[in-house]
Amino acid sequence: MTPKAKQNKLYLKVRNVTKRFGTFTALKDVSFEAGQGEFISVLGPSGCGKTTLLRVVAGLEKQDSGQVVVEDRDVSDFPVSKRRMGIVFQSYALFPNLTARQNIAYGLKSRKVTQDEIKQRVDDLLELVGLKGMGRKYPARLSGGQQQRVALARAIALSPDLLLLDEPLSALDAKVRVMLRSEIRSLQQRLGVTAIMVTHDQEEALTMADRILVMNQGELIQNGSPYEIYDRPATPFVAAFIGSMNFISSAVKKEKGLYQIGAHLLQVSNENGSSGLKKQSSAILAIRPEDVMVLPKGGESEVNKPNVMNARVENMEYRGSVFRVKLRLSMAGNENSLIHSDIPSEKIGRLKIRETMEVPVHFPTDRLRVYSADHA
Amino acid sequence: MPDNAIRTPLFFSLPETFDGDKWICRILILLVCVWLATVVFLPVFGLLSKSLTDADGNFAGLANFVYYFQTPALSGSLTNSLFVSGLTMLISVSLGFFYAYALTRTNIPAKGFFRGLAMMPLFAPTLLNGIALVYLFGRQGLITRGFFGTLPGWDIGLYGPVGIIISEVIFTFPQAMLILSVALRMTDARLYEASYSLGASKWRTFFTVTLPGIKYGLISAVFVCFILAFTDFGAPKVVGGNYNILATDIYKQVIGQQNFVMGAVVSVVLLIPTVIAFVADRIAQRKQVSMIAARSVPLIPEADKVKDRLFLGYCSLMAFLIIAFFATALFASLVKIWPYDLSLSLHHYNFRRMGGGGYASFFNSIRMSFYSALAGTAITFASAYLVEKTGGMRSLRQGAYFLSILPLALPGLVIGLAYIFFFNAPAWTVLGITIPNPLNFLYATMGILVLSNVVHFYTVSFLTATTALKQLDQEFETVSESMGVPFYKTFFRVTVPVCLPAILEIGMYYFVNSMATVSAVIFLYSADIPLASVAVANMDDAGDTAPACAMSVLIVLTNVLVRILYGILTKGVHKKTQAWTSAG
Repeated sequence: MTPKAKQNKLYLKVRNVTKRFGTFTALKDVSFEAGQGEFISVLGPSGCGKTTLLRVVAGLEKQDSGQVVVEDRDVSDFPVSKRRMGIVFQSYALFPNLTARQNIAYGLKSRKVTQDEIKQRVDDLLELVGLKGMGRKYPARLSGGQQQRVALARAIALSPDLLLLDEPLSALDAKVRVMLRSEIRSLQQRLGVTAIMVTHDQEEALTMADRILVMNQGELIQNGSPYEIYDRPATPFVAAFIGSMNFISSAVKKEKGLYQIGAHLLQVSNENGSSGLKKQSSAILAIRPEDVMVLPKGGESEVNKPNVMNARVENMEYRGSVFRVKLRLSMAGNENSLIHSDIPSEKIGRLKIRETMEVPVHFPTDRLRVYSADHA
Repeated sequence: MPDNAIRTPLFFSLPETFDGDKWICRILILLVCVWLATVVFLPVFGLLSKSLTDADGNFAGLANFVYYFQTPALSGSLTNSLFVSGLTMLISVSLGFFYAYALTRTNIPAKGFFRGLAMMPLFAPTLLNGIALVYLFGRQGLITRGFFGTLPGWDIGLYGPVGIIISEVIFTFPQAMLILSVALRMTDARLYEASYSLGASKWRTFFTVTLPGIKYGLISAVFVCFILAFTDFGAPKVVGGNYNILATDIYKQVIGQQNFVMGAVVSVVLLIPTVIAFVADRIAQRKQVSMIAARSVPLIPEADKVKDRLFLGYCSLMAFLIIAFFATALFASLVKIWPYDLSLSLHHYNFRRMGGGGYASFFNSIRMSFYSALAGTAITFASAYLVEKTGGMRSLRQGAYFLSILPLALPGLVIGLAYIFFFNAPAWTVLGITIPNPLNFLYATMGILVLSNVVHFYTVSFLTATTALKQLDQEFETVSESMGVPFYKTFFRVTVPVCLPAILEIGMYYFVNSMATVSAVIFLYSADIPLASVAVANMDDAGDTAPACAMSVLIVLTNVLVRILYGILTKGVHKKTQAWTSAG
């Protein structure tokens, strides 16, 4: 992990950026900050505005209002060429008629640098990205992963203030992708360069980033560490977009930490996101499949634990290490009573869980999330 | 601060927010628009306004057109033109379709040979089509005289619509064949598999899959053939006889009677159907493009002996006719005195006592074509780049695109006549204000000839360049911008080398067409700069058919040579680009 001290210094500030294309609003008042050396991932479904955000930061699109400040330098009105950004595109955009070496040296040539210095720098970069000895090859003769590294080397050749990555791994095979994830991450950490990566792949965002910005319909929905985003998703959208989530709608708040669903009362110990919810107002409860606990039948824990109710096993789907089990909750007056539970295969065997069985199900109080019904 | 003085910006230093490249782009795009407006829009506008004035230059409204349509001797040409070009279109598209079908959907051998041969007429001035026909079907023609009396003769009544239609079919056949080949090749084999698996017969499949699939190609071929035949001047000049058509009328009005106003009126009459056909063609082409799915499976023709033999027979017959046609022209140019002394000699290639300028005109044509290729390629490619690859300025770029497509709708004669009006005028009067013409110096120079060619063949070149540029990664410009490399450096270092095949193709296209064209330049050449194609027209006019034929043969040979040179160059380029492409 990047040293915390380094990150504390605010490096990039994006303030209230709005961008419209005709009547379509691509970015609505988006603000965020990044510390020096921080790796930020912008995550969202296609069309959510994440690429537009990156292009505004890069200077490829001009925002209608708002500011972009890099190291106290307001670059809002600067053209791309003066912003000192290294950009890696989805397509890599490597020049096909130039060798890997020439591609990397492309930007250096227009600087006041001697031939020897360029050669030395390119050699260093080739080694850095693990392409030593491949410099003479044309892009078409390199594999997808190698092309990606050339693009990366080219982007960092000018020691940019910011490294911008636009879906850098989406064109690669699954295996290469996983390998390059950690390579890009460690390279970024070694260089200490602040990086912003746009992606629609949640796994990529979770594994690479220090912080994730989740976007939807041009708005920044949540800004937090991967752990925060997964563990405490700010809205049902974030919850559903990252990982899977069970939603139990038509819950009613009885009092602080107590929600009624049908004939059941559920305790919730962590109400963040819905603390402002009034009594008797309707709410949505949410829980991740891996947090839904199936208890041994007739065990004593059943009596002592809160949030236990009976469910019927409707369907079991084998997924290797876990089973995804569809459970029908016995809750009168709730149409959405079908929930998923991920249960380790070992536990399935131990508890002898079969389809059509009745099992007690437990929702840990600290694993339940509450959202206002307006979100739905 | 001690270094305050140094930090004070000089009055000419630019703020960091200033995007120099963007401004250069903007200015260049603006220049493209200004250039196109000057060489395309204004001259055509001048021609249109000329058609609305009387001989003294006063505004006459539609009086000229009323007169035109009330005078059967004049307006009859419109019907004639429509008749011959309509019939040409029907014949050409039918012949072209079967030829293209044979090349794309059957297993006949020697497809490359058949394709190459069918393109031959593209290298020749259309005057040659007429001249060759004269030697075949004219009063002393090979067929008319039954091979110099060895067989019963057959007079087809060449001079008039028959001759014009045959010449125009020869002229338009390659175009129809090319367009339909493209359309036939762009298909999805899965459609055929689906059709057969649903139990449809071959004929049903043909009518439900093949024909609908090439619908737009067919429409496009129809309009292109119509436009070409409708506006061609060369062949009707030679074999038209007393059969008046619009193109020859314009020439007669302007050169024969010095009636520029009526020349302009006929030009407008010629222009209107052309523009309508052109618009229809553009619409068809746009739809054609949207029909191809990215993941189509190419169709591999099934072996069918009967079908293959039939089509091989057809293609052989067409090939024989084309060869016979050009062989006759070559033979006629080498024969001492047709048809009396058939001994071979080169004396028709000695143009010394002929009008038209002889070898000077031939070398002038080569020079002109070379300059046109150079200037045309540079201008079309650069403007296609600016329109396609620069960001922002949407409306200006769209305007430039529209103006770049426009020349395709302009017949050569219209360009030529419009250029006379535009460049010859010592001054223009706009709203009562007289502006001296700054472009007047171009008149009667090599410059205006090159310019007219650049404009005449602009659109096809522009579209070729655009297609090539579209295949490049859209982010090349952005990447270099982010590295602080100005766009023009990337243009020369990456875009041009990668697009070299397309650039060569454009250069070849310009050269070959400039060599063969007669329509625009016949109004613009001056006595100091005679041209080969014009010499052909003039020698033929003077009854010196054999030397005219000889000169045409020289033009064709030059073009074939240039085409071969192009082939060699392309191979060289291809070898070099192989290193960039994944094969290997």
